[in-house]
Amino acid sequence: MRLLFEIAFTHIAGRGRQTLVAMLGVAIGVGFSIGMTALMAGSQDDFVETLVNTMPHVQVSDEQRRARPQPAEDAFDAIAISGLRPREDGRGIMNPTALIAWLEAWLPGRFAESLQLTGVMRFSGRDVGARIIGIDPQREPGISPLIGHFHQGSFASLTSGGNNVLIGDTMAAKLGAEIGSTLTAVSSKGLSRSFRVAALFHTGSTARDEGEAYVLLKDAQILSGRANAVNDIRIKLDDPNSASSVARRVEAETGYKSVAWTEANESLLQALVVRNVIMYTVVGAIMLVAGFGIFNIVSTITHEKARDIAIMKSLGFPAKDMRRLFLIEGLAIGGAGSALGWLLGFAMVYALSQVRFELAATGQEMTRLPIAWSIWHYVIAASFALGSAAVAGYMPARKAAKVNPVDIIRGAT
Amino acid sequence: MSTLIEARGLTRVLTETVPVTLVSDVTVSIAEHEFVAVTGPSGSGKSSLLYLLGLLDHPTGGTLAIGGRDAGPMGEDERAATRLAMLGFVFQFHFLLPEFTVMENVVIPMRRLGRLSRPAMKARGEELLTSLGLQDHMRKTPDQLSGGQRQRVAIARSLANDPPVVLADEPTGSLDSKSSEQVFLILEQLVRERGKTVVAVTHDLSLAARMDRRLNMVDGKLASDEKVEKAEPAQSG
Ligand SMILES: Nc1ncnc2c1ncn2[C@@H]1O[C@H](COP(=O)(O)OP(=O)(O)OP(=O)(O)O)[C@@H](O)[C@H]1O
Ligand SMILES: [Mg+2]
Repeated sequence: MRLLFEIAFTHIAGRGRQTLVAMLGVAIGVGFSIGMTALMAGSQDDFVETLVNTMPHVQVSDEQRRARPQPAEDAFDAIAISGLRPREDGRGIMNPTALIAWLEAWLPGRFAESLQLTGVMRFSGRDVGARIIGIDPQREPGISPLIGHFHQGSFASLTSGGNNVLIGDTMAAKLGAEIGSTLTAVSSKGLSRSFRVAALFHTGSTARDEGEAYVLLKDAQILSGRANAVNDIRIKLDDPNSASSVARRVEAETGYKSVAWTEANESLLQALVVRNVIMYTVVGAIMLVAGFGIFNIVSTITHEKARDIAIMKSLGFPAKDMRRLFLIEGLAIGGAGSALGWLLGFAMVYALSQVRFELAATGQEMTRLPIAWSIWHYVIAASFALGSAAVAGYMPARKAAKVNPVDIIRGAT
Repeated sequence: MSTLIEARGLTRVLTETVPVTLVSDVTVSIAEHEFVAVTGPSGSGKSSLLYLLGLLDHPTGGTLAIGGRDAGPMGEDERAATRLAMLGFVFQFHFLLPEFTVMENVVIPMRRLGRLSRPAMKARGEELLTSLGLQDHMRKTPDQLSGGQRQRVAIARSLANDPPVVLADEPTGSLDSKSSEQVFLILEQLVRERGKTVVAVTHDLSLAARMDRRLNMVDGKLASDEKVEKAEPAQSG
């Protein structure tokens, strides 16, 4: 085998410039693939992280995926009841206290219950539709997407006495309200209550900044006219990846619809898969092009060295040695190109990670490109390169192995 | 004396639009220590016969045994292995690998066979090259040598794995008379002193007359196979 490597080396060395071009082709392909995957994976991680940070990992709502079985159905097999309408529309999670105690017993993470209702926030004759969210001030900070996003006041001011509300800066601007203004909240049932604006937040999510108003749970319960009602439990897990199993457990136990963030964002996550497929298709195409360079040089060598192939075969080298020889040559160029490409890719990713720019929309946030550093990007790019080098080397190698030495010896004499 | 090459009705027909018969029904048996000349007019099939005997080409008819083993059922790899260990080739043109030195060219078949240690291979290469008067050229590449020197390197290479048979196709054909004589003497020495069997194609009837046996080819057929009557006993060296 070492002999074949030595022979392969002399062949490659004998075609220095062409080899260099083929190698550079591979190197550029590998380098750009690494740069591209780092950016793509980085933005994906960034995106998923944003999802995981801003969304509850599991959200338990008062809905049920299937209609609750009626007592008559339980008693008699032959009975099926459908299209039932509950007498009263006052839905909610039944017996929240027991549910909360149960969750506290085992949940590896934090959670907070809330009562969410739709209503209107009113200030000086202006109305803005709002989701009024009643929260537990003790538990909410553990899961709240608002923490760290207050630019006037703080979360704690919610409990500073009196009826307080936390709203987004956009809603405040729409209403013309500011800290200390007294807003009137009106629920869909027509109940109303006054709240003092205690803090303003800006999360960057328009729906939230414009449409959400946070009040104490008991105030929300009064607004909705349902004491002790809770219709939403949001869970943040220590390990976001366990969300779907936790959601399944909660749903199996309680019967309430529990949605993991992965389920809630299924179509988004699927789009990421599609993005990855596209990315690796492009990487494959780049490598295919790099493969042409290798094919070109290896087949040139096999033509140029036809005489040497005949000599070696006449000396007693079997055909499979010739296949190996040119396969080695293809792989050597692919391997050297990959190594060079790693350096190039590393340099490129490093350069990209140094780029900073301002987000035009807000003008204030300095952002870096999201870059993911992973050894896998290098491994994957190099395996694509070596794979295409193997194919590109094998095709001429197979032809070279078929060379009939007699034809060439005759041709020379 | 045991038989090394045994051909029966050996035939090679090229199956092209018009079939061409290169070698037709050659039956010949060549034993150890024989020095055989293959002669005949140009195009009579001498080279073709040599390629068949050397397992470089496949016969379309007849049988061939090398060292008592039937070549018919051998696969490509086995034929290659037989060439490597049993058969040495010397062609009219030297056919050395241009990127490698003289020494490396001689050692390459040994390395492919892998029977000797690297130092032993080197020692054997040196010994072979020295015995052919090439001790001063071992580190040169083939393009730095004269035609006669290259042909001697080719002979050294054909002997690398100590094969019992050396097949030579007009080994002196491209050399001047002085180099030609030198190469001929070396081949003769292989038979007389190293106990090889040498089968050499030659146009030179005076050289053929100095060998032991002469196979004369005409139109692909073996026209005659006779012992050479020598005017004077062959002298070695
Ligand atoms: N590929 C081929 N296609 C057609 N004819 C061929 C082919 N190869 C060889 N021949 C013919 O076969 C015959 C035998 O060729 P071969 O080379 O064996 O002759 P030779 O006796 O060695 O001749 P020379 O003394 O000129 O070397 C010749 O007539 C040659 O033209
Ligand atoms: Mg010939």
